[in-house]
Amino acid sequence: MSTVGMSVTLGTTTSAVAIDDVSVRFQSKRTEVTAIGQVSLDVAPGEFVSIVGPSGCGKSTLLKLVSGLLKPSSGSVTLLGEEVRGPRHDIGFVFQRAALLEWRSARKNILLQAEMRGMNAAEAGKRADELIEMTGLAGFENALPHELSGGMQQRVALCRALLHQPRVLLMDEPFGALDALTREQMNVELHRVWRETGTTVLLVTHSIAESVYLANRVIVLTQRPAVVKEVIEVDLPAERDYSATMARAEFAAATAHIRDLLGAVTGHD
Amino acid sequence: MKPVSGDRWRGVVERTWRPAALLATCLAIWHLITVSGLVEAYLVPSPSKTFQLLVDKWSYLWGHTWVTTYETILGFVIAGILGVLVAVAMVYSRTIESTAYPLLLFAQVIPKIAIAPLFVVWLGFGFEPKVVVAVLMAFFPVVISTVTGLKSVDTEMLELSATMGGGPIKTFVKIRFPAALPHLFAGLKVAVTLAVTGAVVGEFVGSNEGLGYVILQANGNMDTPMLFAGLIVISVVGILLFLLLDLAEQLMLPWHSSRRGAAVTTLLAKGGT
Repeated sequence: MSTVGMSVTLGTTTSAVAIDDVSVRFQSKRTEVTAIGQVSLDVAPGEFVSIVGPSGCGKSTLLKLVSGLLKPSSGSVTLLGEEVRGPRHDIGFVFQRAALLEWRSARKNILLQAEMRGMNAAEAGKRADELIEMTGLAGFENALPHELSGGMQQRVALCRALLHQPRVLLMDEPFGALDALTREQMNVELHRVWRETGTTVLLVTHSIAESVYLANRVIVLTQRPAVVKEVIEVDLPAERDYSATMARAEFAAATAHIRDLLGAVTGHD
Repeated sequence: MKPVSGDRWRGVVERTWRPAALLATCLAIWHLITVSGLVEAYLVPSPSKTFQLLVDKWSYLWGHTWVTTYETILGFVIAGILGVLVAVAMVYSRTIESTAYPLLLFAQVIPKIAIAPLFVVWLGFGFEPKVVVAVLMAFFPVVISTVTGLKSVDTEMLELSATMGGGPIKTFVKIRFPAALPHLFAGLKVAVTLAVTGAVVGEFVGSNEGLGYVILQANGNMDTPMLFAGLIVISVVGILLFLLLDLAEQLMLPWHSSRRGAAVTTLLAKGGT
């Protein structure tokens, strides 16, 4: 179905991310809460997968499983061919809040990634400058976080997550705190960055339009305990102009379908 | 973006005229009380007499001021280092936290003036017991503020750090400790004023030098001008040490200070409570 060339030819290689029959249960005082029921998901290298679902259904939990920040109660997660057993260092992570160190300039916040990893300083600096250029941060390198707008802060967080050229990028509602217009701009930029870097992306979002515009596939989760309700293949060209994409019939159909699914699942109880 | 010097001075004037006016008013009231004859002159000396004494007896006072300042700074530095170390241990180990907290609280609530004689018995009449009392006074706010600071770090920031693979030491040095500095400085500023009190209390109990000794001597001689002079010098020492820390904070944490307003403002906010 997909017209995106990338993911079609990758069937034979190993998945970038393989979530296999995973469930997560939290033990609270008296009751046991199942956050995630049985979830399985394969993400091909270079693929962009969006995850949508009702609030509090465990979308973010899914990303924490992939990054190894959380252990599944059952099942297994495999990242880049290696089972996840603890925090993984071969990923990039972007949170809803930029989580920047307020005493460091934009550039130094990006370079934190390099310092923590002990990367070669000269190479990291060069890479940081490239990313600053790519994300339109040029001219703001030396600004402190509180001098930057929300969109700019999130660009810094994105650069930091991409500095070490991770093969998998995890994004947890990265644009949720931005205004609508900034959000659209960030969508366009993320799309371009993804096309340029070829990184595998898992994006958790509340915005249906965002999920469809950016992704090869959209995973719709049910309410807690979350299971995969449906997987939607996004039938859009690889090169996506924002306005033109919004106007396409396929886009309208996909968003309407997802909205129906979410309405259906939230209407259950 | 440097302000022109005229603007800069206007800023200084704007920030300082209110406290200066308040201080002048207090001095005026003090003066009026002494000239009105409501209070006997030997009970409350006039401001002019007190300041005259400060000038006349400066060399005598200076020697004692230096002793008290030395004890204060030594006590403050020891309390600062110990406080941060204990706070770090408590934040990183639940066991240490739950074990040490009751003892810490006990050390805090016990009246320092009541145990000061014990230190004189143990350590003699030198500077050591004064430093110990200063440490005991200053220690607690440092621990509490550092613990709060170290715990105030975003969990997201720590999770991010885990995915960056920096390990606990790098995470502490590059993320946790710098993030705790604003809290730590707040604690240090309270601590330094308490260290002054601690040193003076230590001197009260047994000494032959320092501003506490000066005040006790003046008290014995019914020398109220000297008593007042001693109080003023103690206050000035405390205020100067506080301002020094405020300056250090501004230099070390410009990212924080710029969002928080000027030094004099915080001095008033803290001094007012």
